[in-house]
Amino acid sequence: MAELKLSGLAKHYGEVVAVREVSIDVADGEFLVLLGPSGCGKTTTLRMVAGFIRPTKGRIDLGPRDITTLPPWKRNTGLVFQSYALFPHLTVAQNVAFGLEMRKTPRAEIETRVEEALKLARLGGYGARLPREMSGGQQQRVALARALAIRPDVLLLDEPLSNLDAKLRTEVRVEIRELQKKLGLTTMMVTHDQEEALTMADRLVVMSDGEVRQIGTQRDLYERPADRFVAGFVGRSTAIEGRMEGAGRFVSDGGLVVSAASAATGPATLTLRPERLRLGGDADGLGNAFKGKVEFVSYLGSAIDVHVRLNAADHVVAQIANRDGLAEPVVGDEIAVGWPVEAGLIFERKAAPGTARA
Amino acid sequence: MTLRRFALDAAAIGSLGFILLPLFFVIWLAFFRDEIPTFPPSGYTLAWFRAIADNQSFLSGLITSVQVAVTATLLGLALGVPAALAIARRKFTGQAAIATWLLLPLVVPGVVLGTASYVTHVEAEILTYGAGLEIPIIGSLAALIAAHVLLVIPWTVRLVTASLAGSDGTIEEAAQNLGATPWVTFWRVTLPSIRPGIVAGALFGFVSSFGNLEMSLFLVGPGRTTLPIAILQYLEWKIDPTIAAVSVLQIALIAALLLITDRYVKLARVV
Repeated sequence: MAELKLSGLAKHYGEVVAVREVSIDVADGEFLVLLGPSGCGKTTTLRMVAGFIRPTKGRIDLGPRDITTLPPWKRNTGLVFQSYALFPHLTVAQNVAFGLEMRKTPRAEIETRVEEALKLARLGGYGARLPREMSGGQQQRVALARALAIRPDVLLLDEPLSNLDAKLRTEVRVEIRELQKKLGLTTMMVTHDQEEALTMADRLVVMSDGEVRQIGTQRDLYERPADRFVAGFVGRSTAIEGRMEGAGRFVSDGGLVVSAASAATGPATLTLRPERLRLGGDADGLGNAFKGKVEFVSYLGSAIDVHVRLNAADHVVAQIANRDGLAEPVVGDEIAVGWPVEAGLIFERKAAPGTARA
Repeated sequence: MTLRRFALDAAAIGSLGFILLPLFFVIWLAFFRDEIPTFPPSGYTLAWFRAIADNQSFLSGLITSVQVAVTATLLGLALGVPAALAIARRKFTGQAAIATWLLLPLVVPGVVLGTASYVTHVEAEILTYGAGLEIPIIGSLAALIAAHVLLVIPWTVRLVTASLAGSDGTIEEAAQNLGATPWVTFWRVTLPSIRPGIVAGALFGFVSSFGNLEMSLFLVGPGRTTLPIAILQYLEWKIDPTIAAVSVLQIALIAALLLITDRYVKLARVV
């Protein structure tokens, strides 16, 4: 395993910029996830690392080697494809052995290493099967075993779980993560599923429009989002448009005056995480407290979402825990809603707002 | 509901019977003793099969037909497989149009193909005269084979393209990611995965070349006949059951090819 270093990596297709000068370091043994909506450049970035797309600018270092211009077959990366891309005419064992044969590994060693890789992927005894005789989850593990058998310098995962059903996905997530930790694999994964990204990653890179928006841990992204895009993409939040009128004073378009911990000025967006909001008596004594009307209630099991309209222009969503003795708000109720000053995040609105294309 | 099912079953069996009936009669006829076919026959004999062996034009026709069909099939594969790969895997302008045009020999009447090929061969030979080479093209074996390649190409292109559908090139990428050069990737991954299409394309190409009469009529030279032409010429003289016996042998040959191929490739899955 090795360290992976992308420096100023960019990909242009004529006038269109798919990836704009991305610089990312993946430490030895780290699990890094590229997260973003489709078309944000995350897959292009991964494919540049694998060698299937030639960068327009920038440099890729894998361990001590500069691999920027190396062809895919000389890179020693282990890529797991979204569609698994198993060789349909080869058995499971032959699939896993393929990379070792390409490396001219001695026969006897191939056998033991295939065995070993299959065991790691919990596929012992399946070596003689053909891919089409296996379930989606098993095929996914064959793809993983095949990538691991070559002992790659970096493991690359391209939406590896998106073809699995929801229940299996949560299981495989944990499996891959445990295997990655056990083997100390330097790993770069691409996904658009934020829950998947949050459960698996050591660190995340949020991308949109070909740019890196923020690199950080789950906590960094959630509690200190770098911009409004990250705030909206990682976790949920309600946004209120308005402007900063003096230090710490945000006035919404609907006329709401809010205390906010920000020194920004001019047009701005206030975002609020639903679980930081308090309702009714719980809102007493908080830095911001308003009267509103319950507009909509959705019951989620462990929690309840309460949509509260504050005035014609502004509304917020509060998420409250579904605990014993809760007086569940009813649509039409007049209710108090509040939040501590530091719970409101202020983002200045620039001339070209940093929102993502779908 | 049961009535509908019964009607469908009856239709399927009826169609099958309609296809098999002429085959049945030709096979039956091959064993009639009478020289002029009469029903019912006065007795049965294997004499007509012996008569084939004594007929020089059937034998030389068979040899020419096999020669032409085998060579045309190999050439048709050499051209059709790369064409299919280009159509299925690459993106270029006019792709869909080219894919359609490559199937054209299937729909153009054989007589038209024959005439067009003949005219082309004449023009080509005239060109060689112009260059002072005087290469005989008209009526040559090479020219006949070249024309038969036209019959094979649509089959190889169509069936190989079909076997590539559903794979988008990611298995090739996977091979390269695992250390295979493009050359090794082609031989170890691409080619094996399209093998069913190649086998089926070769089979159908062979059969359509082997059985072709209309086009060959325009292109054979003096002293060279294909089996279908030999049969036609024989029919101008006689209508004894020798023809039926030849047909039986042809049917047996093609049936054997189909059965052997089907062992390796499930034809129903490809075609």
